[in-house]
Amino acid sequence: MLQIDCPWCGRRDEDEFTCGGQSHIERPALGCSDEQWGDYLFARINPKGLSLERWRHTYGCRQWFNMARDTVSHRILAIYGMTDPVPVLPEARA
Amino acid sequence: MPVPRTHSALQLLRQAIGGHRGWPQFWRSPEPKPAYDVVIIGGGGHGLATAYYLASKHGIRNVALLEKGWIGGGNTGRNTTIVRSNYFYPQSTDLYDHSLRLYEGLSHELNINLMLSQMGILTLANSRHDVEMLQRWSNAIQVQGIACEWLEPEQVQAEVPALDVFGMRYPVKGAFMQRRGGTARHDAVAWGYARGASQLGVDIIQNCEVSGFEISDNRVRAVHTNRGTIRTDKVGIAVAGHSTVLATLAGFKLPLSSMTLQAYVSEPVKPALDRVINSPMVHAYISQSDRGEMVMGAGADAYFSYGQRGNLPPLEDGVRSILEMFPRFSRLKMMRQWGGVVDISPDTSPIIGKTPVTGMYINCGWGTGGFKAIPAGGDLLAATIAHDKPHPLAEPFCLDRFRTGRLVDEGAAAGVSH
Repeated sequence: MLQIDCPWCGRRDEDEFTCGGQSHIERPALGCSDEQWGDYLFARINPKGLSLERWRHTYGCRQWFNMARDTVSHRILAIYGMTDPVPVLPEARA
Repeated sequence: MPVPRTHSALQLLRQAIGGHRGWPQFWRSPEPKPAYDVVIIGGGGHGLATAYYLASKHGIRNVALLEKGWIGGGNTGRNTTIVRSNYFYPQSTDLYDHSLRLYEGLSHELNINLMLSQMGILTLANSRHDVEMLQRWSNAIQVQGIACEWLEPEQVQAEVPALDVFGMRYPVKGAFMQRRGGTARHDAVAWGYARGASQLGVDIIQNCEVSGFEISDNRVRAVHTNRGTIRTDKVGIAVAGHSTVLATLAGFKLPLSSMTLQAYVSEPVKPALDRVINSPMVHAYISQSDRGEMVMGAGADAYFSYGQRGNLPPLEDGVRSILEMFPRFSRLKMMRQWGGVVDISPDTSPIIGKTPVTGMYINCGWGTGGFKAIPAGGDLLAATIAHDKPHPLAEPFCLDRFRTGRLVDEGAAAGVSH
């Protein structure tokens, strides 16, 4: 069971939250190739280790935020705002 | 090419007299050679079946199978052993029924008892809307030539006396049944394919982890491992949840997400359930194993993980769902729980075929339903490697569909995990 520090509500159990998938995906220009568009829609880093993800406090304030998490240990390394840059993560195993 | 018969009733008698000390090993454990015609990465069911069919159907026997741990120790040993072919789209039914038909002849072909038990699988409808969707689903399958039948609630109760058909919060309104569905013994599938492949000359190399590839002119030349470099110009990858890790080493992208899927078993009890029950509404499934344990599973865990262990909230959800269907199991003690890393694709259909790297082929994306597909996954990947072009059954499941948009969207059509 993860305990997640919601930036607005504080520490809550994981079942109040929804993981919204990989963060920082940028939509390519509309004139892009089919391959670029396919990559945008479907290709994922799916990292073993440091993962940058969007999460939502679905059964709380319903706000979105970003999380840096390790997909092997499940350890949460950082929580930051939706539009914030990726924070410096000293312990990440990139 | 038939597999030599090293195990028989006569052999059993002979070994019994000798105190069972002389049994041959199921598969050889050779040191890796410097080069092979084909290297298969992943010693689960799909990888072992690929190696076996390469040797038995295509006569390619100079094959190495590399497994980072022990064979059958990943998802092949971490599932609920259910086999069925009740999908929705014709491409999927063709694929999964090919698999089920191979399973039906596999005990004989591999000379090992897979304990294939075609007890029938029921998919329950718990609302008027479920009834409409499941009848559409069951009709679609029948049009595609897969036998299944619609059962009214009274018939469901007669088939499954232990099920709380009328007492549930949302009582059962009907179900469709595929009688050829059921369960098979997962370890025997891995061991049977391993023995068959090994007897035909495939080198099964365990504790051998791939650390990189040598690729030049976009063509694979060698595989780097913790047991040295192995030269080859054909590589087949069948590593489920770790597919993206290997694709990244080879320099191409995949549309997969690795999640944990849990399963759990109760203490063994006397026979009480002789069908596989699946409820899309509460999203859980249950069967009773030959040893008497209730084998249960539900949806994948809620976030990405390579941890090979489950989280508590989805486990509680799954057990709650099972007890909604079977209140009488509430006092069973849970005995074991496990998790596997499954590779979920955007349309919850598999990816079988060529990759952007020449000479490299992949079989992945089975998500939460890879066990039932082992014989087909191996057969189609072997054919694709042998002929360097996709097997006709595998064509709809090429990696290219995520560029062209020709998805096989089983997730939307069947609306339940696979």
